[in-house]
Amino acid sequence: MSVKSKADIRAEKLLPGNQDFTSITNDIAGVPEQKKTPIQWWLLFGFALSLLAIFVGSVGFLIWEGTGIWGINNPVFWGWAIINFVWWVGIGHAGTLISAILHLFRQNWRNAINRFAETMTLFAVICALVFPGIHVGRIWVAYWFLPLPNQMGMWPNMRSPLIWDFFAVFTYFTVSLLFWYTGLIPDLATLRDRAKGLKKKVYGFFALGWRGGNRQWQHYELAYLVLAGISTPLVLSVHSVVSSDFATSVIPGWHTTIFPPYFVAGAIYSGFGMVMTLSIIARKVYNLGHIITVEHLDKMAQIMLLTGCMVGYAYSMEFFVAWYSGNPYESFAFVNRALGPYWWGYWAMIFCNVVVPQFFWFEKYRRHIPFLFITSILVNIGMWFERFVIVVITLHRDFMPGAWAMYNPTMFDVAIYLGTFGLFFTGFLLFLRFLPMVSIAEAKLVLPESNPHHGHDHE
Amino acid sequence: MSKFGVIARFESPESLVHAAEKVRDKGFTKFDCHSPFPIHGMDDAMGLKRSKLGYLIGAMGLTGALFGFGLQTWIHSIEYPMNISGKPYFAYPAYAIITFELMVLFSAFGAVFGMMFFNRIPRFHHPVFYSEKFSDVSSDAFYVSIEVDDPKYDENNVIDFLRNIGGTEIEVLSDEN
Repeated sequence: MSVKSKADIRAEKLLPGNQDFTSITNDIAGVPEQKKTPIQWWLLFGFALSLLAIFVGSVGFLIWEGTGIWGINNPVFWGWAIINFVWWVGIGHAGTLISAILHLFRQNWRNAINRFAETMTLFAVICALVFPGIHVGRIWVAYWFLPLPNQMGMWPNMRSPLIWDFFAVFTYFTVSLLFWYTGLIPDLATLRDRAKGLKKKVYGFFALGWRGGNRQWQHYELAYLVLAGISTPLVLSVHSVVSSDFATSVIPGWHTTIFPPYFVAGAIYSGFGMVMTLSIIARKVYNLGHIITVEHLDKMAQIMLLTGCMVGYAYSMEFFVAWYSGNPYESFAFVNRALGPYWWGYWAMIFCNVVVPQFFWFEKYRRHIPFLFITSILVNIGMWFERFVIVVITLHRDFMPGAWAMYNPTMFDVAIYLGTFGLFFTGFLLFLRFLPMVSIAEAKLVLPESNPHHGHDHE
Repeated sequence: MSKFGVIARFESPESLVHAAEKVRDKGFTKFDCHSPFPIHGMDDAMGLKRSKLGYLIGAMGLTGALFGFGLQTWIHSIEYPMNISGKPYFAYPAYAIITFELMVLFSAFGAVFGMMFFNRIPRFHHPVFYSEKFSDVSSDAFYVSIEVDDPKYDENNVIDFLRNIGGTEIEVLSDEN
């Protein structure tokens, strides 16, 4: 063929070099099969374990002593726990967006990063779920969230957004786990077929006896498609429901209808930031630059530009509506965000979420890896500040000046937040060590040879 | 030790699809085409009907939605009607979220466990695993298997037929248990 088809050119960008089915299997499965664990992995794992120890210690003390060890006060009843909860759930959303929404839109480039992103979702949602669990104070009765018949005749209030949130996040975690595992089945079969001894038994157990027959693929593909189809409205609903924890209250600054879409856009923005951070590290440590290419990073940067502009629009629209409403409390809440005692939090948010992504208009910056790495971290700092602005700045000054107060976090707020990174990275590093970080079966679909009509120009 | 059938290797997704068409046209019904990834157009080539899994998922989703809505209605209207900030007992618009979430949750269970049910997995022992070379199918190999249960099965004919349509490394497999 003298003239290259479009599919060939696209595949060359996404899988550069002469790759075939065998080399893809070897490259990806080779990572969990390594005889010797790389030293960088041990260093990162040791670091993650020490953060995990901080997590266990500080959460243990919290359970022993109560939420009084946090900086929350009257009127700031929601402090870092809720900020961190919203932040971690938001990070998870990019994983679902990549695996579900981009699958429905047949965006094949996602095949190199979806496993990665789904795993990130799982551990991010676990970190998020920790906070509502521990912020109730008496965590031994946290099961009261569940609608369980009990001798007190006590039921959760199903008309409250807080219980919607519980159902939404719980469903989200379960569906993400099922989606992730379903995607793994064919890859676990690959690892099973290449392993020996005990490893073969363990991988084989989880591979469920997958044989790769088309009679299996047929149902598998439909199940996968449906999971993608139901995860799409699910992920949109989860952060919308999280936002209704705020939006259904009557606090000025929270009681706005723009919250659901604005929260979803912000969630995707921060999640892509995290996928970017993790994939830049992983492709470097494991030399997978030919599978997770600059092309992928470029596309992620484009989505960050889009969602960054969406949150920027939401920030300005909030201000406009606060002024246009003519409500003095509403207007004050927003002026206080930008010019009050916590002005630095607001402007940190504006800088990281609105100014920084503007560089992504230029291809040069979208393909500059050190720049991408730094901005991807700034994105998540910015999104943390967004939740700080919403939770703390809104609560600390509401209607009556007599009820105003400042909020100061304590070392335990910081320790538990840092500790969740330990939880996250411990899980994520174990995943990198034992499971294929790129979907082996799906990465092959990017190769033109995987299409049975390859080579026929007519179709 | 019962006989399972014959397997034959093919070179590429393209040749596997052509082989599937020929096996189908020959009138075989108990056969399968194994590949490392799903192949576009293979269902037609094998003459498979559309998966029925969708109906199961739909039924599960409906069950979840009805359960979610019913649970909330029952709790607040029947089991323990309690006035909380003056909200109505039967506050059906507020029930939409949990109804939706449970619909999604039940559909997801339906999709994954239904897929396992239709695929008859987990099944850890299968005659194809006794072939050394077949294990490449999870990496880069493409196989056709024709089972002994097929009414048109005749071992020598099947072997000749698979060889004629381009199959290599033909093996006759048995269940060794």
